[in-house]
Amino acid sequence: MRLADHLVIVPVILPLVTGAFLLFFDERRRGFKAAVNLCSTALLVATAVVLLNHADASGVTTAVYLVGNWPAPFGIALVLDRLSALMLLLASVLALASLVFSLARWHRAGPHFHTLFQLLLMGVDGAFLTGDLFNLFVFFEILLAASYGLVLHGANPFRVRAGMHYIVINLAASSLFLIGVALVYGVTGTLNMADLAVRIPAVPPDRQALVEAGGALLGVAFLVKAGMWPLSFWLPNAYMAAAAPVAAVFAILSKVGIYVLLRLSPLLFGTGAGAMASFGDEWLLVGGMATIAFGAIGILASQALGRLAGYYILVSSGTLLAAIGVADIAVTSGALYYLVSSTLTIGAFFLLIELVERARDPAAAVLSVTMEAYGDEEDEEEPEEEVGIAIPGTLAALGACFGVCALLIAGLPPLSGFIGKFALVAALFNLTATGSTVPATAWILAALLLIAGFAALLAMMREGIRTFWAPLEVIVPRVRVIEIAPVAALLCLTAVLSVGGGPAMRYMDATARALHAPQAYIGAVLSTPARTAAPEARP
Amino acid sequence: MELTLAIGIGVLVGSGVWLLLRPRTYQVIIGLSLIAYGVNLFIFSMGRLRAGQPPILEGTADPTAYADPVPQALVLTAIVIGFATTALFLVVLLVSRGLTGSDHVDGKEPR
Repeated sequence: MRLADHLVIVPVILPLVTGAFLLFFDERRRGFKAAVNLCSTALLVATAVVLLNHADASGVTTAVYLVGNWPAPFGIALVLDRLSALMLLLASVLALASLVFSLARWHRAGPHFHTLFQLLLMGVDGAFLTGDLFNLFVFFEILLAASYGLVLHGANPFRVRAGMHYIVINLAASSLFLIGVALVYGVTGTLNMADLAVRIPAVPPDRQALVEAGGALLGVAFLVKAGMWPLSFWLPNAYMAAAAPVAAVFAILSKVGIYVLLRLSPLLFGTGAGAMASFGDEWLLVGGMATIAFGAIGILASQALGRLAGYYILVSSGTLLAAIGVADIAVTSGALYYLVSSTLTIGAFFLLIELVERARDPAAAVLSVTMEAYGDEEDEEEPEEEVGIAIPGTLAALGACFGVCALLIAGLPPLSGFIGKFALVAALFNLTATGSTVPATAWILAALLLIAGFAALLAMMREGIRTFWAPLEVIVPRVRVIEIAPVAALLCLTAVLSVGGGPAMRYMDATARALHAPQAYIGAVLSTPARTAAPEARP
Repeated sequence: MELTLAIGIGVLVGSGVWLLLRPRTYQVIIGLSLIAYGVNLFIFSMGRLRAGQPPILEGTADPTAYADPVPQALVLTAIVIGFATTALFLVVLLVSRGLTGSDHVDGKEPR
């Protein structure tokens, strides 16, 4: 076995070792801990790039790594294909940006920030790589445990309250996850995802209801993470309460739920599943559309930027869920592009919000919080006769970033938010042209996407005017270069994503094709043999 | 045996859900623990109920004479993880009590 083959497990091992290593040092060695964390995260980005190249190489589509060296249905396998490589890269880039941002001041706000950060990355990367349902549960719990710590980072009463709700919801969802896993195991006798895909079509009809119940319970657990409409009321509060770099890295957490659905829905209940084919697709489609509508209304109603960003996460999740529900290759590939673009946008936006809110005078912030808590009791209609205010350089930079975020969130050209939405809508209309099954819902979904974009545009304009133009006294926030640089870098990445739209879409298209034809995945996982030990190791 | 176990799981999860919906943090944590117990029993029962059968194969005997070892391994992992997360939640509960002076889940007494 070549050394390069072991690269698949690096995204799990490296954060684990780093996180454990950092526990040995107390908080006075913060500079050292930050440096180690930074090195590890940068290495993760490099690893993810190499893995992405490997997964995209012609001929090789799925790399299987047998952790305990037992063949697949018996031992735990890590599986790297285009989708997981893409998610790994996205997670590590987002983590690097938030980490650099946090080094300016946030990492001093509480203990063990760097350890928790690395363990969160381990859980996320493991969830993207694992090919086993119960192992997925374990990685979910790791990332959730780390996120419980991170959401309380810099504890204040608001964070503790939102964090407590977040923890209770996720503990309850984990119970559902376990029940679902147990049901699926009880009927099929396996937990390996590829093996499940083989065995589910062969389940006798009198037991299919049990498999469907198990699948539905699992789905509910993932939908809580992804924030589908009736399960999503916790999400804006928790994300708004979290510290800025934490909220930015949490942008990937809701996408973990989306990833699992994207992986399991075509694999277990795809076209090859016999009587249970396309189980749950209507639920995802309708639920996703309800989520978009709920998110759009929430965006319009938001009086604070953090809450607006929280509701934008819901819109993004809803879009992706509905796209998964359509279960079409072109729609999925548009959705993947949209996933990357919206995750980068959310990360950059959460970081930017913290910088922008420093510019607001504290009285206005208190006002907006009270408005948030007690509803709009008073309109702040103050006639202003300002002729013009000179905008200082810092504010201009923040304003430019804000404008770019607005373009991305509303999905306007020329940036990647537009391309993602365009790819989705175009694919939906092609679906209608070929006379497929969902013409009416495709129209409604396309309309919802456009309305949600319009709502976001309105809300962003209102907030931008309120933040940058309306204040009588301009308070120039103190912003350091390492705080604005990650925001700019993430926004530049979306620009790169739009300039390189052709190659990016080709990659997404190949990913979507592989997802909807999982035979290659199943074959690769089940046919990988265990390595024989080196001869000298035998007695 | 099946009926007894099913009733037991039902009672545990039912009381857990009721407690989970209560407004005090202590009730919530007890509710979560009860649900976790019920879920653990449920995982265990998914390996089919058998009395007096070992889970570890010896020799090449008939597999039907043995209990399924996988759910037992799973339930062990689930117990450990559930224990750890409950402990973590307990800490948050105490922090919230200390910061807000109230054991209400919203951090303030209802008016």
